[in-house]
Amino acid sequence: MLWVDKYRPKTLDKVLVHQDIAENLKKLVTEQDCPHLLFYGPSGSGKKTLIMAVLRQMFGASADKVKVENKNWKIDAGTRTIDVELTTLSSTHHVELNPSNAGFQDRYVVQEIIKEMAKNRPIDTKGKKGFKVLVLNEVDKLSREAQHSLRRTMEKYSASCRLILCCNSSSKVTEAVRSRCLNMRINAPTEEEIVKVLEFIGKKEGLQLPPEFASRIAQQSNRSLRRAILSFETCRVQQYPFTNNQAIPPMDWEEYVSEIASSILKEQSPKRLFEVRGKLYELLVNCIPPDIILKRLLYELLKKLDSELKHEISHWAAYYEHRLRLGQKAIFHLEAFVAKFMSIYKGFLIETFG
Amino acid sequence: MAPVLQSSQPWVEKYRPKQVKDVAHQDEVVRVLTNTLETTNCPHMLFYGPPGTGKTTTALAITHQLFGPELYKSRVLELNASDDRGINVVRTKIKNFAAVAVGSGRQGGYPCPPYKIIILDEADSMTEDAQNALRRTMETYSKVTRFFFICNYISRIIEPLASRCAKFRFKPLTEEIMSSRILYICKEEGLHLDSEALSTLSSISQGDLRRAITYLQSAARLFGSAISSKDLISVSGVIPAEVVQALFSACKSGNFDLADKKVSNLIAEGYPVSQMLSQLYDVVVEADDMSDEQKARICKKFAEADKCLIDGADEYLQLLDVASNTMRALCNTSQEFSLGV
Ligand SMILES: Nc1ncnc2c1ncn2[C@@H]1O[C@H](COP(=O)(O)OP(=O)(O)OP(=O)(O)O)[C@@H](O)[C@H]1O
Ligand SMILES: Nc1ncnc2c1ncn2[C@@H]1O[C@H](COP(=O)(O)OP(=O)(O)OP(=O)(O)O)[C@@H](O)[C@H]1O
Ligand SMILES: [Mg+2]
Ligand SMILES: [Mg+2]
Repeated sequence: MLWVDKYRPKTLDKVLVHQDIAENLKKLVTEQDCPHLLFYGPSGSGKKTLIMAVLRQMFGASADKVKVENKNWKIDAGTRTIDVELTTLSSTHHVELNPSNAGFQDRYVVQEIIKEMAKNRPIDTKGKKGFKVLVLNEVDKLSREAQHSLRRTMEKYSASCRLILCCNSSSKVTEAVRSRCLNMRINAPTEEEIVKVLEFIGKKEGLQLPPEFASRIAQQSNRSLRRAILSFETCRVQQYPFTNNQAIPPMDWEEYVSEIASSILKEQSPKRLFEVRGKLYELLVNCIPPDIILKRLLYELLKKLDSELKHEISHWAAYYEHRLRLGQKAIFHLEAFVAKFMSIYKGFLIETFG
Repeated sequence: MAPVLQSSQPWVEKYRPKQVKDVAHQDEVVRVLTNTLETTNCPHMLFYGPPGTGKTTTALAITHQLFGPELYKSRVLELNASDDRGINVVRTKIKNFAAVAVGSGRQGGYPCPPYKIIILDEADSMTEDAQNALRRTMETYSKVTRFFFICNYISRIIEPLASRCAKFRFKPLTEEIMSSRILYICKEEGLHLDSEALSTLSSISQGDLRRAITYLQSAARLFGSAISSKDLISVSGVIPAEVVQALFSACKSGNFDLADKKVSNLIAEGYPVSQMLSQLYDVVVEADDMSDEQKARICKKFAEADKCLIDGADEYLQLLDVASNTMRALCNTSQEFSLGV
């Protein structure tokens, strides 16, 4: 098992970061009338960990006994039936799924499953009805229609089905859905907190972890706890005992983007643009999301630019990323950004150096 | 076996008014519907307005008061965005429901007028085709059915439907009304809010009573029965004023790298950029050391970024662009970027 999974705290008492939030969550779920929850925050900040711990707090150890299923829904849409297939993770008390994976059919999934869950309410020995929890991941990627479908359902079935929503960016969740939840902001851990987690894992694994090395891993992790733990484990495989100045391997794709940035800065020509296009394609083919590529490219370029140009380039990065969202072919917009950059940068070089 | 949790409803449901007269602040619609209870006359209705202002509550209350629990199921059809409401459903389900004739006369103490009511909640998410299909249905069965349309955005309802209805705009609740409703809940739940906390709660909820109640319940769970203004801010997701101010000062400094660092940090802290924009907006509008032109330049960009965010654009890039633009406006750089090379 990877360390990220092996050392994921299982209960709210055991978390090493977000202790205050965990404490709050514990109080929230003691009463049975807890509102729907929306967890949001950057990637690798610990949302999933807290959600699993909350389920455990609500239902005890049986929340851990999950099974993975490929579920099929046949949805009656008048003249035709729509087939939707989706992977779900469920215990006797909860179901977790990623409805945005159903693409433009996400609406049907959301509609069906909540009703289905509301129908099979658990009943305790005294005949009292309980509720189930539905965990929906990546709600920021849900279509508008699917989000709209959630609105009334969240109210109507609130006695039988409690929702826990999870996403990175809550700006993309509609006002009406946010208004129906208690919003929980899960901030990225600070570098010190990350170091604390690394030290904990180091101790459990019986490793000598030089403090400077630990804080270098934390610095490079961009405040993502997941990423820090992953690179810690990679370093362990590459070289042990650790030394203070041991190299921390960057991610392959990041290295690749950094090369693209240098080659753009070296030469601005149609020929170079063509070469860069091939490299961008390569990244896309390897499933690096285009917005992540663009952000990383901007990051690399900003390091090398004059302050005056920084404004202009970051403006265009925002501009083309927005276009990319609206369009279909990411490569066009990435390439357009590179071309725009080349033209501005060349103009700047000519003006300054003749 | 873990004990099965008993369920009781969140406070927003617990304190949903059951009677039309208890709906706060929407006097016009309450007046019309109170009248309906006496005369049993009722036009088609269209309720529109922002979240948490009482639209669904009002529709449920009036239908329950008209028909009572016995007849409710056979007389009222509630369809919302979670039901499939494509054109076929409109053609079949709604038609079938509308077509069956009903008797009249009071039953079990309820007025029970001789028509059925179809509530189309969240009607703004119905396709135009489905809405068009409804036009005919509405006319054909107008003697025996009344339609209640509910939506956030009236512009998404096609004109021919809207024009057949009596339209009611549900206004965001004022701070006073909000406070009195909150005080009522506090009394029921045995909570204590001081006056500062009360006014904070009313103002951070921005006219959305559902939000106010959720904050109140969460704060009560977290901080016990004496709730302060600070407690409420911490559950509300409002960005602390000093955080907003720090970004603004970074823009004033004219140092791009500093602003970039602040922006990255805000994203890592998980603050929603849309929220940041609306709080920055307040800071800018209220500032007295800027020219109107500077304010205009800055706010124009807020609007553009807000639109981009709605389209799903990246939060970091948008906020960085906003910060850079604000910086340029504050430092009076005339530079505007245009697409032309
Ligand atoms: N509170 C915590 N204490 C200690 N370790 C934690 C804590 N939260 C998370 N971790 C570690 O960080 C890893 C990543 O966290 P998690 O999967 O919860 O992130 P996430 O916010 O769901 O990320 P993403 O948005 O990318 O899915 C976990 O596998 C776990 O090892
Ligand atoms: N005018 C009001 N008077 C009393 N309570 C209200 C009022 N408006 C909202 N509430 C409270 O807020 C909750 C949500 O209100 P309601 O469901 O009617 O909102 P809505 O206008 O339908 O919102 P949405 O557009 O998001 O569906 C209710 O359960 C009730 O507790
Ligand atoms: Mg996750
Ligand atoms: Mg409603």
